[in-house]
Amino acid sequence: MSIIKIENLSVQYLEQEDKALDGISLEVNEGEFVAILGAHGAGKTTLCLSINGIVPNMINADMFGKIEVAGEVPPKIPVRELASKVGSVFDNPEFQMSQLTVFEEVALGLQNLGVEKDTIIENITRSLELVGLAGFEERSPFEISGGQQQRLAMASALSMKPQILVLDEPTSNLDPIGKEEVFTVTRKMNQEEGLTVIIAEHEVEVIAEYADKVILLEEGKITQMGTPEELFPSIVNIQSDVGVRIPQITDFASKIPDKFKGTIPVTVDQATESYI
Amino acid sequence: MSGTKITCTKVGHTYPNGVQAIKDVDVTIEQGEVVSVVGQNGSGKTTLVKHFNGLLKPTDGDIMIGDLNTRENPVGLLAEKVGYVFQNPNHQIFAASVHEELSFGLKNIGLNESEIDKKVTEIADEFLLTEYLELNPYRLGFSLRKTVGMASIIAMEPDVVILDEPTTGQDYSGVKTIKESMAKLKSEGKTVIVVSHDMPLVAEETDRVLVMCNTELIFDGSPADLFINKSVLEKTNLKPPQITAFAAAKNFGGNKKAVLSVDDAMKYV
Repeated sequence: MSIIKIENLSVQYLEQEDKALDGISLEVNEGEFVAILGAHGAGKTTLCLSINGIVPNMINADMFGKIEVAGEVPPKIPVRELASKVGSVFDNPEFQMSQLTVFEEVALGLQNLGVEKDTIIENITRSLELVGLAGFEERSPFEISGGQQQRLAMASALSMKPQILVLDEPTSNLDPIGKEEVFTVTRKMNQEEGLTVIIAEHEVEVIAEYADKVILLEEGKITQMGTPEELFPSIVNIQSDVGVRIPQITDFASKIPDKFKGTIPVTVDQATESYI
Repeated sequence: MSGTKITCTKVGHTYPNGVQAIKDVDVTIEQGEVVSVVGQNGSGKTTLVKHFNGLLKPTDGDIMIGDLNTRENPVGLLAEKVGYVFQNPNHQIFAASVHEELSFGLKNIGLNESEIDKKVTEIADEFLLTEYLELNPYRLGFSLRKTVGMASIIAMEPDVVILDEPTTGQDYSGVKTIKESMAKLKSEGKTVIVVSHDMPLVAEETDRVLVMCNTELIFDGSPADLFINKSVLEKTNLKPPQITAFAAAKNFGGNKKAVLSVDDAMKYV
């Protein structure tokens, strides 16, 4: 069952010459983990922001083509309303925090939707448990680590019980422990809660392990799409052209395919298993 | 060349709120070394490197930048010898155009107008910034803005260049430019000190690693020795690069030294 359907979508920001997205088509199935790769300026953020409706509802742009997300047409409904179907996490968690306590931070979105008090408390407790922040309720959002802040942003998104989680470079500003925390929670949401995940991310080693589908964007166009095992080997020789690094192990294996029984691994485990 | 040697003797730093960020750090960095400083956030690594150019003064011990004790000399004077490129370019950039940003430091160190123009042209060329010279730096994306921050420091030709998380948020070509300029600095005999979570960068581009953990310097050695040192890796939650993990699993080279790059691994195939 597809949950996102995009057909020939173009986005043109008013002050820019080139289109940010240029005629892309994409279908995402319910429960899929989809990674978006591409150089800076390739359109990754614009694609994320089109799915959660921030473009064009909050950031002005001309949009052409068709986009349907969880049964809604994002440009036609308020971003706050769509947030109950599409949760969003951005690259700078601090910018998303505004409240004095972790509890209030998660409550904010729910209060704005006019949910009942008991339901709010139940939702908050559940969301904080899901991201591993139970017990942090009274802490200040500004005095916890970057990884914890980013998980708090995820809890806020999850409290609305969305079907889709959109993450735009969620780990760019985190240290390795913080990165791992965020990826672990993201995967749990996908595997255990069945959320559809759309993530723009530079950490290709993690993408190789987690993603069902990888999309490569170049100058606003989707130029490749496939599983990590299909996509990464196919860009070994054009990394600098497409602006995307491939996993080190794929680089290595593609130099000596015979040693890997003809399959090109994308993770260390795959490589260790198939190497002869 | 005489150069600038950095010597830390029993360096400790306690912030005014009573939090001790580093303690008892003894380390000497010779002119021309390429050194990485690694560890989790809060381990003390940024506090340590901010001592290397006098941005922070030690609350215990002493730091010598060449023959200058950082306690007794202003940051302005130390900055001529040690350039610091911030992780977040927004903390550094203030000028109205890229050209002005690149010129500013050069004016400060006393270059005349024609020298400045020549140097700006050169550095813009090296960092692929020529087409952006007249633009406001804030019209550039994060990645390019970061490059401007780096170029403006390197333009002043300090003996020592400190790069704080240079590859964070950079795409493939951004990372490539950074690696190339690190190699160029090394070939010119500059000292390069890079604070980073990027383990492939640490493994491939640096010769010596300082590992900070809970305020202390717990490892000082080569990347090849670090990435086979299980106890340090576990304690600091540092993950070796993919190729290093693979080579270790396959016992490449008998696991005496860690394999640091794809080229390195090819030798054992």
